[in-house]
Amino acid sequence: MDFDQIAAAVRESFQAEAVDLLDTMEAKLLELEQGDADEEVVHALFRAAHSIKGGSGTCGLTAVANFTHVVETLLDEMREQRLKATPELISLFLKSVDCLRGMLSAAESGVDFDAAEVAAVQQLLEAELPQAESGSPEPEQPARPRSDGNLWKVVFKPQREFLHRGNNPLLMFHELAELGSLAVLVSVEDLPAFEELTPEDLYLWWTLELTSDCAQQDIEEVFAWVEDDCELTIEQIESTAEEAAVSATAESSGPRPPAAASKPTNPKQTGSIRVSIDKVDALINMVGELVITQSMLGAFDDYSYEDFDAQTVDRIRESITQLAQNTRELQEGVMRIRMLPISVVFQRFPRLVHDLSGQLGKKFELVLEGEQTELDKTVLEQVSEPLVHLVRNSLDHGLEAPEARLAKGKPETGTLTLSAFHRSGNAVIEIRDDGAGLNTEKIRNKAIAQGLVGEKDSLSEDEIHALIFRPGFSTADQVSDVSGRGVGMDVVVRKIKALSGDVSIKSVEGKGTTVRIHLPLTMAILDGQLIRIGDRIFILPLLSIVESLQVNHSNVSVVANAAEVYRLRNEPKPIVRLHDVLGLDSSRADLSDALLVVVENGGDQVCLVVDELLAQQQVVVKSLEANYRRVEGLAGATILGDGTVALILDVPRVVAAARQGSPRFFPPANNQAELGETQTAAAS
Amino acid sequence: MEVQEQDQDQTLDHAANLGVLGENHREFLTFFLSDQEYGVDILRVQEIRQWSPTTPLPNVPTHVCGVINIRGTIVPIVDPRICFGMATIERSPMTVVIVLRTVRNDRERYVGLVVDAVSDVYDVAIDKIKATGDLGGGAVSQYTSGMIALDKKMVVLLDIDELVQVDDEQLDDVAQQEL
Repeated sequence: MDFDQIAAAVRESFQAEAVDLLDTMEAKLLELEQGDADEEVVHALFRAAHSIKGGSGTCGLTAVANFTHVVETLLDEMREQRLKATPELISLFLKSVDCLRGMLSAAESGVDFDAAEVAAVQQLLEAELPQAESGSPEPEQPARPRSDGNLWKVVFKPQREFLHRGNNPLLMFHELAELGSLAVLVSVEDLPAFEELTPEDLYLWWTLELTSDCAQQDIEEVFAWVEDDCELTIEQIESTAEEAAVSATAESSGPRPPAAASKPTNPKQTGSIRVSIDKVDALINMVGELVITQSMLGAFDDYSYEDFDAQTVDRIRESITQLAQNTRELQEGVMRIRMLPISVVFQRFPRLVHDLSGQLGKKFELVLEGEQTELDKTVLEQVSEPLVHLVRNSLDHGLEAPEARLAKGKPETGTLTLSAFHRSGNAVIEIRDDGAGLNTEKIRNKAIAQGLVGEKDSLSEDEIHALIFRPGFSTADQVSDVSGRGVGMDVVVRKIKALSGDVSIKSVEGKGTTVRIHLPLTMAILDGQLIRIGDRIFILPLLSIVESLQVNHSNVSVVANAAEVYRLRNEPKPIVRLHDVLGLDSSRADLSDALLVVVENGGDQVCLVVDELLAQQQVVVKSLEANYRRVEGLAGATILGDGTVALILDVPRVVAAARQGSPRFFPPANNQAELGETQTAAAS
Repeated sequence: MEVQEQDQDQTLDHAANLGVLGENHREFLTFFLSDQEYGVDILRVQEIRQWSPTTPLPNVPTHVCGVINIRGTIVPIVDPRICFGMATIERSPMTVVIVLRTVRNDRERYVGLVVDAVSDVYDVAIDKIKATGDLGGGAVSQYTSGMIALDKKMVVLLDIDELVQVDDEQLDDVAQQEL
């Protein structure tokens, strides 16, 4: 590895750690603000800042290191009880976290950060220091060596595999040189003969002499990143300070961030993922069992044709069943790797709520439920923005100002609950507030004004509420910076639909609003029911099937607008003729002897007319969008055992369309060019 | 009108090995729809397959015959005859699908074109390509990027990205109506 590659690896690793550390700092600061003035919280803050300082220094991000140094100093004062955590100070710290995030992301993208803003915040921080200068040393300006001060002798003996971890001693020496004037002496006594030399191993060790008036702590910090990978001896040879020469071996000058195996990644990082060790171990077990099954089957390889009797065939069958089970478990296991707890997304909300509370002058309490609910990583990344928008809506428009709430007899502090849970194969996220609820009248009037709804149209309350998802719709009296422009809700809906999900809203005026998002748990594999419609095979997700039955003609009735309804146990369910919906030849005019499959979505049920029920099998969902685009009514496609493509029906869409009374929710497609047919269709 | 002399024995493999011939030349794979020969940029040709029955998609434009499975990926098949307003014909074992790599809005998509038969690969000098101003027939001209005279016949060069464009906004409009 050359210098640049090692440096890049170190930077990358630091960036990832820093993101987590800053998130931790933010969370702890908010805890502190709530009044949890736990000693441990302050210590945790200090440790985090310290690690960021050390790591950024090693990476050569001097500005970050300098800035963090001031933060760390203040935190040090706090944990020594010399500084009190006032709300203003905490806000300042939060601002510093933002600055650091900005600086780090600027460094990552290779652009410049806003130096003026950072300098301003740094000044405010420095103003908070109890005295002009505490005992901690000033951060050094880069490349300003001091020739006065103490003489330190540092013996640095890295382990053989030092370079394997992407460490580069030269980086550390550079940093050390910034503390003072440095003399470096290398020892090659451990170098083996050339033939035995492994290029990636490090056989050298160094004696460094540093003249500086820094503290020993500063030297230790330079090596903090690699303290486990080397032997470090720091000795003060001469001292002009009051302290006597102290010889110390490398102490833990700052704990490394714990190698948290199950810590979630920032949803913005799409390149890598952290996986809990349990999931990996489970996979290893499953593969082990798969290997066993494979050798069971492999044993039959040696059999000759005569050896295959009924008994052998049975044993092969057993092995195949076993194989199916192993494969299924392995599939599920691997899927789970891509699943992350939703806390990854939820964790940005305490900060958001805190900021908005100040901005809007309202009081909020945020309750998070079901943070451990797991979702696919990609889904999480995509759902984050819509959630933010919905939360802002709630806080801005839903929850009332403290006076208004008191006047209504509600507690002054509004409650916003974010809840996540699994239900029938879906992940559900709920955003519940106890605010003003939706003003049905207002929405109706706005819709009429916008021409979306006729004056005479009768709509249920839920249908009126659903209008707010239309583009450009907003009943907000004022457009605020936070929300109200009416460009948000339809984007939310679109993004959720792009994830094959669903959004619904329930509200009671004066009491509150609940927005509910349904998301598929995993988009890649589903249990499918193969059905035949005409001469084509389609797939219905097994989870959405309630039951199937033979039509009893007396239960079929036709409602006013020619929609067919089936009376199932005294409840009317819309009938959807899939042939019509899919533009296929209708194989039967009436429904006698027809086969109905009752499917459900979100509590609504619908009867689908199919020709035949075929096998059930696990189906790998293949994307239509990859090379074509999303097709209305389809949730994807799959490849059957014989290599042909079968289409997967989008049950939620079918149910929704049927409920709106339009079973033909798209016009019958022109018949595809059949064999022998001629067509002079206009160009598309 | 000058006629480009071409080596009749130029095979597909030979062409593939040649790769990009330089700034002044492009290579085209030509195919037949009825008696008319059309050409596509060889660099966009992914593979050529025998016709296999497609799975039709509901609610798609007519020229999209359906989708097929190519080694685990779903690939749409487009019938250019329909795009050009021609009559469709019976598909036979001779029918061929040319799988092309199209680029639209910075997205790569693989789309199959069903044609009567593949013809040849031609090395074409760019300055010999004529503009299609006076093609007359509206249906074809919006998809063509030029014309060239080869072997005493006119070959229409197609703009692949235009021919198999997939309009995502179209879908949203449809969705909007349903809401």
